[in-house]
Amino acid sequence: MGAQVAELGYFSLTLAGVLALTSALVGFCNPRHEQWASHLGCLVVGQLVFVTISFAALIWSFVSDDFSIAYVANHSNSLLPWYYKVSAVWGGHEGSFVLWILFLCGWSVLVVLRRDNYPVSIYTRVLATLAVLNVGFICFALFTSDPFARLIPMTPQDGSDLNPLLQDFGLIVHPPMLYAGYVGLAVPFAFAVAAMLEGKADALWARWVRPWVNSSWAFLTFGIALGSWWAYYELGWGGWWFWDPSENASFMPWLAATALLHSVAVTEKRGTFKSWTLLLSIAGFSLSLLGGFIIRSGILTSVHAFAVDPERGLYILIFLAIIVGGSLLLYGSRAGKFNSAVPYGLWSREFFVLVNNAILMLSLAVVMWGTLSPIGYEAISGGRISLGPPFFNRFFVPLMIVLALAVAFVPVLNWKRTNKARILNFCAREGAILFTVALLVAFILRPETVSVATGVIVSLAILITHIKDLIIRVKTTRPPLAYLGMTLAHVGFAFSILGVAVTSTQSVEKDVRMEPQGQVVMGELNVEFLGVKTIQGPNYVSQQGLFTVRDGETVYELRPEKRRYVASGSVMTEAAIDAGLLADTYISLGEPLEGDAWAVRLHYKPLVRWVWLGALLMGLGGIVAVFDVRYRRLRQRLKGRVGQAGAAA
Amino acid sequence: MNKAFFYIPLLVFVFVVGFFLAGLGLDNRNELPSALLDKPFPNFQAEDLFDPQRTVRREDLVGGRPLLVNVWATWCPTCAAEHEMLIRIGERAHIKLVGINYKDERTKAVSWLAQFGNPYDLVLYDEQGLLGVELGVYGAPETFLVSPEGEIVYKRVGDVNERIWREELLPRLLAMNGSVLKVAHANQ
Repeated sequence: MGAQVAELGYFSLTLAGVLALTSALVGFCNPRHEQWASHLGCLVVGQLVFVTISFAALIWSFVSDDFSIAYVANHSNSLLPWYYKVSAVWGGHEGSFVLWILFLCGWSVLVVLRRDNYPVSIYTRVLATLAVLNVGFICFALFTSDPFARLIPMTPQDGSDLNPLLQDFGLIVHPPMLYAGYVGLAVPFAFAVAAMLEGKADALWARWVRPWVNSSWAFLTFGIALGSWWAYYELGWGGWWFWDPSENASFMPWLAATALLHSVAVTEKRGTFKSWTLLLSIAGFSLSLLGGFIIRSGILTSVHAFAVDPERGLYILIFLAIIVGGSLLLYGSRAGKFNSAVPYGLWSREFFVLVNNAILMLSLAVVMWGTLSPIGYEAISGGRISLGPPFFNRFFVPLMIVLALAVAFVPVLNWKRTNKARILNFCAREGAILFTVALLVAFILRPETVSVATGVIVSLAILITHIKDLIIRVKTTRPPLAYLGMTLAHVGFAFSILGVAVTSTQSVEKDVRMEPQGQVVMGELNVEFLGVKTIQGPNYVSQQGLFTVRDGETVYELRPEKRRYVASGSVMTEAAIDAGLLADTYISLGEPLEGDAWAVRLHYKPLVRWVWLGALLMGLGGIVAVFDVRYRRLRQRLKGRVGQAGAAA
Repeated sequence: MNKAFFYIPLLVFVFVVGFFLAGLGLDNRNELPSALLDKPFPNFQAEDLFDPQRTVRREDLVGGRPLLVNVWATWCPTCAAEHEMLIRIGERAHIKLVGINYKDERTKAVSWLAQFGNPYDLVLYDEQGLLGVELGVYGAPETFLVSPEGEIVYKRVGDVNERIWREELLPRLLAMNGSVLKVAHANQ
């Protein structure tokens, strides 16, 4: 039993590829045919069914410890707990690629479910574009990174285990979230391609795209936040963002998607920024491809990886060139049509979205340069360098402060233009409150640098202006969900900035040598080390330290671990964290020293949770906005019309 | 608006892809051209990492033994990988090994050296990266070989490893006058 499961998986994936190819042909050959559009829907559902079978086969192979499959042998072990066996499916390049394909099929089926919202030619072209992408991805999986390839006859007795870093809850949920976001951006991309083929992109088109932009952006936000949280507790360094290429790989599409989120709003409300919105839709997904496909797979972060596996790298580059180059060529030939000059003043939402987009594009350029230029240097010199956090921070801190300042003005701005008196009045009133708050902040935190002080103040400015506006609106009318979503997201942004500003400057970090019964005082805290004992885990042996922390009246225990994983022999640090809304206490074990002493790393990190809490709110805001009544109403209206037509016939 | 305007994104993309293909196709992965190569080591003024009061100038470094100037930081993973090699080089050759701690925090840098060992004869603290600008530093790690006459004879972008030592640094050191290798290694 089960011997042919992998072959079934491979075969299903092939079938899905054939269906995708058929969908692409059906969709592009006859985009205006209602009947064909219905068939196309079935073909798309079929893709999802077969990819699901394939994915299930891969999960089965992991759970049943089929080490004759190379991918399973390299990423699993019989001692691994079952939930890590499942998550090991996306623990490596090949399997995460099948997950990527699964998500693309999932998003396509969601488009099918919302068919009533779109005219038939847009609907078919969107699905056909998604199917073209799927053909490319499935071919890539089948021909260059087959997850079902067998190791016969040299089947190993046991697997070489999943990288211990990935044996963790964060890594069960982080990649699926992130991939859902990456791949979700394919939908706005497909809508942009459809609009350009159709030769029509207007406010109505923007309304079709917005829910897709919002939801994929939200997933990307959740995914990035989860990744950062995972790095925080799993790497044992107490940092939450390292400007590492794999982090930047998710941050670049996020920046583009954030710009798109705002620009598509202008296109919907005012019918302008059309060609720019189209370009951002293309850019968002292209950066997803660059990030998810190339950097995360390690092919471009190291020239070495490319040299070892030129086939894979070349395929990716060609695929990227066709998809991105093709859509940009289409853009070049069609985008000129979409110009529309709609006037707006300096103090208008349009102009502020422009500011937002300019800042986000600059930030994107910085991240891109910082990520790609070391690869360029490596290609030429053969040596690896990093530009390092100082490079990113120098540009990012001022850029984000200006962005936050612009966000603080959002509630007072109108579309088109805002009354000068209203702005002045607003500045005087909120300015006075802020001045008081600023003095308080300076008194409490004693920020060392101007940028921290401004970071705290602009985030407070956002909170004050948004919450005040929210209260006024809730009192007078029932605000739409889109408005609530925006407010939630902006408040989240403020939370994140506040968290970043405070935790990166007010944290206390101590590396100390501690003997059993030794005590260390850190700020308000008194930390006592009670000793280390050995604990047997399912597939590891752990040295567990026991610490008691006294914070005034409250006393709690922390048990950081040093784990040695049996199969790979690698050693992992498991930090112990007392998480709090106001501050975290973070202890990780370093190396054992002479006698019973240990090197211990102690952190006290105020407001660090706010960084992720903010991201969570941003993502929730994006989701809330998706359920705005105007996207639903569109559907009911169209349904009503179809119903009437049916009744008349 | 001019229609050609909308082809700009495509042109940018083609340029980037072309650049990458060209970069990946380079067989001769040797050196980045450096404007400073064969030029005198620039004049500068920097703080000592361990002693903020002490100012180090060009005259304090140049002359006598050849100089190996290594730009590093605690935020740079490749620097950690390279560290062992620097310690070995210090054991092998009669050179003055100078570290430039680049855009870093003093306390972190000091404890880093305490933990992994300090191969340097002297460490300069370049908090703002100003000395890095003088030297045309892209990132970390980078390494410069400076002759006793004060001329930059070689620059390495990326880690110094056994191959770089054997093929690039050692031949240039041997070409300089004086006894470069320590006795134990001269016989090898």
